[in-house]
Amino acid sequence: MDSREIIARRIAKEFKDGMVANLGFGIPNMAANYLPAGVKVTLQAENGALNFGPTPKIGESDPDLGNSGGSPITLLPGASTFEMDLSFAIIRGGHVDITALGALECDQEGNIANWMIPGIFAPGMGGAMDLLVGAKCVIAALSHNDKKGNSKVLKKCTLPLSAAKCVDIIITDKAVMKVTDKGLVLIEVAPGLTVDEVIKCTDADLIIAPDVKEMEL
Amino acid sequence: MAKINTVQEAVENIKDGMKIMTAGFLGVGAPLKIIDALAETGVKDLTLIQAVSAHPGETHDIGKLVANKQIKKFVGAHIGTCPEIQEQYNAGTLEVEFIPMGTVVECIRAGGAGLGAVVTPTGVGTVLEEGREKMVIDGKEYLVYPPIKADVAIIKGYKADKLGNIQYRGTTKGTNTIMALAADLVIAEVDEIVEAGEIAPDSVGTPGILVDIIVKGDSLEARGKYFEDLWIRTKKMK
Repeated sequence: MDSREIIARRIAKEFKDGMVANLGFGIPNMAANYLPAGVKVTLQAENGALNFGPTPKIGESDPDLGNSGGSPITLLPGASTFEMDLSFAIIRGGHVDITALGALECDQEGNIANWMIPGIFAPGMGGAMDLLVGAKCVIAALSHNDKKGNSKVLKKCTLPLSAAKCVDIIITDKAVMKVTDKGLVLIEVAPGLTVDEVIKCTDADLIIAPDVKEMEL
Repeated sequence: MAKINTVQEAVENIKDGMKIMTAGFLGVGAPLKIIDALAETGVKDLTLIQAVSAHPGETHDIGKLVANKQIKKFVGAHIGTCPEIQEQYNAGTLEVEFIPMGTVVECIRAGGAGLGAVVTPTGVGTVLEEGREKMVIDGKEYLVYPPIKADVAIIKGYKADKLGNIQYRGTTKGTNTIMALAADLVIAEVDEIVEAGEIAPDSVGTPGILVDIIVKGDSLEARGKYFEDLWIRTKKMK
C-alpha cells in the first residue's frame, strides 16, 4: 500500500452514514473508494450538484454533466443540481458535514496552507477557502514529510494560509492527529511505526493520547 | 423581448477594454460558439470575470482568448487549469485578481441584486485581509468585498424561448443567472430556440427579462460528441 492509499483509506474511516461530504482533488477524492461497509455519503460537487456518481463509460457521457474538475460525471438517483451561489451557500453556511483537502503544510493550531507557494506555485484557491471555513469537520490530508524528510506538520505554517484555525483532523501517511484547545494530539500511528519515530519526524509539539493506537486501514 | 442574433452579430457588441463575464465551469456549460467567435475578432484589453478558468488538458473555451492575448485581467478563483493564463501571469503581461470561489460568485450576485457588499468569513486570517475592510458581527470576523458588475455577460443555456426565458440541463445552471443580473448586456447561447410557452414556467432557470440577445449554438447532439471526444482526448474517461 503506498502512502497515498494509506491516507485515502484512513480518511474514509471518518465518514459516517448519511454525511454530506465534499472531497478535494487527488488523495481526498480517492477516499470515496474506501467507504466502510454500510456507510453511504452524499457527495457534493461545488459547481452545483449533490449525490453525483462515478465517471461514465465511454459513449455514456453527457456534455452538461461535469464535476468540479471539469470531468464527466453521472448523477445517482436522488441527485440534485443547482446554481453556484446556492452551492457555496451550502458550503459556507455549514451544511457540509465533512471535507478533506490536500495541504502543503498544516500546524498545531489548525492552520492550513494549500493554495500558494510565493513565486513558484499560484493556481488560486478555488473553493478551498470556503470549504475550510464552512464545513463542520475539516480533514487536512498530506504526506507527513517532504522528500528531504522535513516535517509538513509544523508548529506554525510558513506558507500563506488558506484559512486560520479551522482544521479538526490531520491525516498523514504516518499518523492521525486531532487539533484541540490544548494542542495537537497524536491519536494513531501508521503500522510499523512507533510513537517515538513519529515524534522525531514531526516539527509540531505533539500531545500523546493515552490510548494512542495503530492506524486502522 | 430578446433579439435573436447570429454569433457574429452578437460578438460585435464586445469592444476593447470591456469587462465581460462568461458562464460555465472549466468549459462545461460554457458558451463555446460565442467564445470561439470572440477569439476570431481583434477585440483586446478585456477583463474576464469567471468562477474558475479553462477546461484542463488543451486550449479550449476561454483559453483561446488568453492565447490570443485578448485578456488584460482575469478575476476569479483558479487559474491552475489554464496554462495560457499562468504563463502570461508569470510573465507579468496579464493581471490576475484571485477571489475565493464562493466570494466571487456572491460578489457577482450582489452586483446584480442591488446589494452594496459581500461580508464573508472566507479569507479571514489570510493574506486576503491585506487592504480590505474587516467587520466584526456578533463577535465573528468577516471580510468586506465590493459587488462585481460587467459590461457584457455571455451565458449558456439548453433552450431559450423567444422572450429570452432560459432552461438549463444537468450541472450547468452555474453562474448563468447571477451573471445575467450583473451585466448591462446579456447574450445567451443556447442549443435550441423555441416559441414562448414551449418551456414550462417552472423549468425556466433565468427569466427572459434579464436576457437581451439569444444566439443559436450547436445542437445538444453535436455538443455531446464534442465533449465525449474532448474527455477521451484529455483522458477524463476510459
